[in-house]
Amino acid sequence: MTDLTTKSLAELRDGLKKREFSALEAMDAYLDAIAAANPRLNAYIVVTADKAREMARASDARLARGEGGPLEGVPLGIKDLFATIGVHTQAASHVLDGFAPEYESTVTSHLWRDGAVMLGKLNMDEFAMGSSNETSYYGPVINPWRAAGSNRDLVPGGSSGGSAAAVSAWLCAGATATDTGGSIRQPAAFSGIVGIKPTYGRCSRWGIVAFASSLDQAGPIARTVTDTAIMLTSMAGFDNKDSTSVDLAVPDFAAAVERGVKGLVIGVPREYRMDGMPEEIETLWTKGLEWLRAEGAVIKDISLPHTRYALPAYYIVAPAEASSNLARYDGVKYGLRKTGKDITDLYELTRAEGFGREVKRRVMIGTYVLSAGYYDAYYVRAQKVRTLIKRDFEDAFDQGVDAILTPATPSAAFGVGDEEMNSDPVKMYLNDVFTVTVNMAGLPGLSVPGGKDASGLPLGLQLIGRPFDEETLFAAARVIERNRGEGFSPEKWW
Amino acid sequence: MSIVDTRTPNPKSFIPGATGDWEVIIGMEVHAQVLSESKLFSGSPTEFGCPPNANVSFVDAAMPGMLPVINAECVRQAVRTGLGLKARINKRSIFDRKNYFYPDLPQGYQISQYLDPIVGEGVVKLDMADNGEIEIGIERLHLEQDAGKSIHDQHPNMSFVDLNRSGVALMEIVSKPDLRSSEEAKAFISKLRTILRYLGTCDGNMEEGSMRADVNVSVRKPGGAFGTRCEIKNMNSIRFIGQAIEYEARRQIDIIEDGGTIDQETRLYDPKTGETRSMRSKEEAHDYRYFPDPDLLPLEFSDAFVAELAGNLPELPDEKHDRLVRDYGITPYDASVLILEQARADFFEQVAKGRDGKQSANWVINELLGRLGKDDKDIEDTPMSAAQLGTIVDLIGKGDISGKIAKDLFEIVWTEGGDPAEIVETRAMKQVTDTGAIERVVDEIIAANPDKVEQARAKPTLLGWFVGQVMKASGGKVNPQAVNEILKAKLGIE
Repeated sequence: MTDLTTKSLAELRDGLKKREFSALEAMDAYLDAIAAANPRLNAYIVVTADKAREMARASDARLARGEGGPLEGVPLGIKDLFATIGVHTQAASHVLDGFAPEYESTVTSHLWRDGAVMLGKLNMDEFAMGSSNETSYYGPVINPWRAAGSNRDLVPGGSSGGSAAAVSAWLCAGATATDTGGSIRQPAAFSGIVGIKPTYGRCSRWGIVAFASSLDQAGPIARTVTDTAIMLTSMAGFDNKDSTSVDLAVPDFAAAVERGVKGLVIGVPREYRMDGMPEEIETLWTKGLEWLRAEGAVIKDISLPHTRYALPAYYIVAPAEASSNLARYDGVKYGLRKTGKDITDLYELTRAEGFGREVKRRVMIGTYVLSAGYYDAYYVRAQKVRTLIKRDFEDAFDQGVDAILTPATPSAAFGVGDEEMNSDPVKMYLNDVFTVTVNMAGLPGLSVPGGKDASGLPLGLQLIGRPFDEETLFAAARVIERNRGEGFSPEKWW
Repeated sequence: MSIVDTRTPNPKSFIPGATGDWEVIIGMEVHAQVLSESKLFSGSPTEFGCPPNANVSFVDAAMPGMLPVINAECVRQAVRTGLGLKARINKRSIFDRKNYFYPDLPQGYQISQYLDPIVGEGVVKLDMADNGEIEIGIERLHLEQDAGKSIHDQHPNMSFVDLNRSGVALMEIVSKPDLRSSEEAKAFISKLRTILRYLGTCDGNMEEGSMRADVNVSVRKPGGAFGTRCEIKNMNSIRFIGQAIEYEARRQIDIIEDGGTIDQETRLYDPKTGETRSMRSKEEAHDYRYFPDPDLLPLEFSDAFVAELAGNLPELPDEKHDRLVRDYGITPYDASVLILEQARADFFEQVAKGRDGKQSANWVINELLGRLGKDDKDIEDTPMSAAQLGTIVDLIGKGDISGKIAKDLFEIVWTEGGDPAEIVETRAMKQVTDTGAIERVVDEIIAANPDKVEQARAKPTLLGWFVGQVMKASGGKVNPQAVNEILKAKLGIE
């Protein structure tokens, strides 16, 4: 039997349905792969083997009866940010030590409803704050990709670094992830795989540990465009427990994948051509446009004039919300507790020990920008910028643009412990320069590998769509996926 | 907010000081617990008196990833209250987060409304016995979450937290600084409580904490500029509110007259000492870092929603007051006593229906309410029905019993129950109206007291002695007016 882990999610699902192999076999293949790879890659924080076995058995029973949902028996990895009942749910933070909820997030419960099997909880940047997966309390995740001829460990991107590495290294058929400023798209780009941040409101946020509520959105990471579409179809859907979730029917996203791009207008925003952008990124972008044009799309230059204000505004809005969202981690109710002489001591000691450097930095930034006397100058202004960014996109869509193509990241994956990145947080924040605008505007954004840099590392292209038009993104991404050629799997070194 | 002085200084309310008269300025922030089955943003019950932490959902305990969902009934209750306060209803309002750390505030923030409350300016009318009718402005009403309760006396060095109240809906009703005496302040909170109870939007039980007030007090020379105010927190008794204001006004006057200045601060009233003491100064005040809660959309509703609620409002105290005066011919003062509680007014109307209004009001207010007060009972627990009291009023009206006998009858019915008409019959309490019978008694008394007859003829004021003798001989059941006339005729007195 061929290695079940190398099959795409769609192939795995079909094979299970035809009973060419069992859900238990698929699960065992993945558990073996995790056991072999995780000591090096550190993608999983927890492997839930017993739970996986129980779920796989149930799937096999359903499949034997000719039943089963759209993901029946498909083994998935779950980002540690999603509440999973009775299982480690700690946002990769020390402050949530020992926390296992008595509830299941809406998104994961949709996946289990459709028959998926949980392999374990995936590593991530602490509270989803980071672009390299180095802020995790459980240590950095290592990218399965290496530069040609190099043994240097690279980051998988972040915050969904565990999700990206696990998918890329065949440690799950697909993974859940979340994206507040690029946390799905940037790691997908760094790891040579596909990730989509759907429109804000498409997936319920209920049961997902909050980072910045007005920006957070769950989405899938998988190895192909079709796999990503299949997963999103299950994950999405209205939830009356989330006031910001939108009551819209969920289309069969996979059905849109082969739709093609004939007649679509693809916008090219001139403001995304940044100073000092590497030539290979420029080349990748041009190639992507050529493939789309060759298949019948119309390319149109557009302007998104407020783009340059997006990153600074994002780093006001997101920390502001985070500073409030993270106030509940105070040592009183759950997780870590460090006691002192009084309640103030308990707060200070617990939070000082429980939060890592990056989380503390953002909590402090957020507290500052919301403070009396600074609120108008920072938070209110950033919200105005946000409105302008949204309007930029609306203007482009009003001019007939169906989707926008940009690079996903300004570079390929960088090294673990990169001095430049770690000595200057703003350099790290620049990783999100192409992706934050999408969160600020609440739009869907998809990252698909389109090429490689000089050292053979994958590079991603980003597609941005109209609100709730993820289907067009899947169709356009598929064209890029078909045209870019083979070789988007890492060489196995672990 | 600029403060507008809507009142004309009234010398009756002035407080004398060493340097002349002073005027006290009072504004109130009243927290009224919304009557609703479940909490403001969760489905947990709001029932009072349950074991600690019995009514706590994952949302109330601020578990990671939990989200608030607005309870529509609480919104309706707030709108109803706004309508009852003749206030502007804001069809779009915003929920904000008020951030601070406290163990009984699990989220680390309270969801409240800051810049855009659900209800704007309104008015409450007060009937002041010595100052006629005055109008007190309402600044705003907003919805917010209650906190839990910290319990400090269960353990030598730990505090316990009960989250049953955490998340219960409160309406904060803010008055304008229009109150000018402790009497007015007490009348305001009583009237507000009456309105809320009529509306059924708050039970108004101050002892149980479902209504509490923060009282802002400042003093000034009559008609002068407003002084610096102190806020007396968390008052839950109308009587204490009056006492606290009296104390605080005097304290401030003494400081100013001694050449000092008032510090803006938060104070607490201690009913044991009758004094207020400083809790925290303006410098120690929290920076609450208010910002719109990103988990909740702006609260929006239509004109039709408001119209439907307006159409189904019960008759309000002011309207009932005017109607009772108009329909039953009672005095405005009696009406204001009767409307204080809905059950009182209902009882009165049952008694007064088809009977003399003034007589009915008299009996309800002086006898029934007096007797209830003596027994420390609420009108809901009255042992005498409106039908019984109505029959007593009928018996007086028909001349069957005198007012004096009626009071005896009232006491019998109160303690023993039964049909008053039947009691009058069986216990021979009926007034003797047969002049023949009265004449016989009069003749007997004249015959037995010839010396008195002589004296009375010389000094007609002695007639009273004869009346008393006749009343005594007949057990009080004869009509004194009739006795008087018969006596005069028989004795030949003009």
